[in-house]
Amino acid sequence: MAVKLPIYMDNASTTRTDPRVVEAMLPYFTEKFGNSSSRNHKFGWESEEAVDLAREQAAALIGATPKEIVWTSGATESNNLAIKGAARMYAKGPSGTTGRGHIITAQHEHKAVLDPCKRLETEGFDVTYLEPPADGVITRAMVAAAMREDTILVTIMWANNEIGTINEVPEIGELCNSRGVIFHTDATQWVGRMPTDVERDHIDLLSWSGHKIYGPKGVAALYVRRRNPRVRLEASQDGGGHERGMRSGTLNIPGIVGFGKACELSRLEMDSERERLLALRLKFERELSARLPVVQVNGHAERRLPQLTNISFGFVEGESLLMGIKDIACSSGSACTSASLEPSYVLKSLGVGDELAHSSLRLSLGRWSNEEEVDYAINAIVKAVEHLRTMSPLWDLHNEGIDVSKIVWQTH
Amino acid sequence: MAYSEKVIDHYQRPRNVGSFGTSKEVALRKDVGVGIVGAPECGDVMQLQIRINEQGVIEDAKFKCFGCGSAIASSSLATEWIKGKSVDEALTIRNTQIVEELSLPPVKIHCSVLAEDSIRSAIADYKAKNGIAAATATTH
Repeated sequence: MAVKLPIYMDNASTTRTDPRVVEAMLPYFTEKFGNSSSRNHKFGWESEEAVDLAREQAAALIGATPKEIVWTSGATESNNLAIKGAARMYAKGPSGTTGRGHIITAQHEHKAVLDPCKRLETEGFDVTYLEPPADGVITRAMVAAAMREDTILVTIMWANNEIGTINEVPEIGELCNSRGVIFHTDATQWVGRMPTDVERDHIDLLSWSGHKIYGPKGVAALYVRRRNPRVRLEASQDGGGHERGMRSGTLNIPGIVGFGKACELSRLEMDSERERLLALRLKFERELSARLPVVQVNGHAERRLPQLTNISFGFVEGESLLMGIKDIACSSGSACTSASLEPSYVLKSLGVGDELAHSSLRLSLGRWSNEEEVDYAINAIVKAVEHLRTMSPLWDLHNEGIDVSKIVWQTH
Repeated sequence: MAYSEKVIDHYQRPRNVGSFGTSKEVALRKDVGVGIVGAPECGDVMQLQIRINEQGVIEDAKFKCFGCGSAIASSSLATEWIKGKSVDEALTIRNTQIVEELSLPPVKIHCSVLAEDSIRSAIADYKAKNGIAAATATTH
């Protein structure tokens, strides 16, 4: 079978909207365009019904009840609402004072978690940023060791977006629950791919997004626990009191319908999809490691998402590697691919050396990935790495037996 | 990021890739100047080796580069430009000329600076090996 180019292997960034999702959404742009807050006519009622169904579909995916789902515009908003909303609600002192409470997160969280935490530091909260170990996994023990008398919130992502490592989330949830501390998890890369049950896993607040699970962009959800304990949040956005007052604003009905449908499809198909993608990812890692020397798969060997791999190719710079595999859409931890000149802070936090951080590729598979594409990508990567190594001075030094990491470089 | 056609051409068909020997071998050769600039943690390392004849003309130049496509193109272009030039002529090459030739965007200007530095560094190495005082100190 001929491979259609370019190949999309950046599903951790975003996914193609499933055609079944688009189909479900379409009527809500045209004939069913009502505002779900309109309580006195058919247009409003049918939109409200659609939102109710989507709430059920979303709740079913994570073992929640429909009333515990709050619609937002994206996982960034969900994280902001959860973290700032909980901190401000459970603060131990009034605004303008210090010592308002302690928050625990980790250095390799997404910026949409780190930056709200930094904002809270300016508002009188203390934040501990856990340093991940080399395997990238945050454990219950690490969180337990960081807990203080005044800890009010723990926010630890379920699975990392760059390296796919899976933190000890149910264990951390159980710990927080036993200490009476609110537990939030950014589950953007996890939900829809792995079985999730907020009751079993002791989650108080959980963020996830539509466009990572073959739904539309611009719609996401925040799970907010209603009992044992009932979690309250200070709203960020004031207005008509939608979403139990936690998130005012007219609901994005077509988006929410699509989100719900995407959740339903993920719930029904995740088991077979997970097995299929894991087999493809393992083939990727196995073949690249076998065909190329000095290849490092980043993060824990087993505790990783099935669909995502992050691989460093020693002595090859990531952006030039992307240039050599231009038919494959993926991303790199190289500084050159970002606005800053720093390589991936996630890989750096794991203690991956700068030169290997610059040399990394993140490949993330999805619902339409197939073995032909994986084979094509493996061949293309091997060819590009070999081409670049013929012109890499670091590769020569390595082959001369010189430890590149021990050289003192003359930097600008 | 969109690359200019010239950058893509140099990336796909780099000119003068190679070296005149291992790092230990070239360190002992008086007719070869070696410049290594940049650092792996910055994502750019350029190595330029130049072979200079008794008349002070750069007879041959070889490069190796760990870096993005623009860095590879800048160093590849630099080898093309300095071959056949005298040492003094080669020192007149400015990074801005490389920027212009390759249509480098602002975020890639440091690649051209690195290429200019590699020329200066290789020539300085040649001069040091042969006991020639550096004519003028250069600063950025």
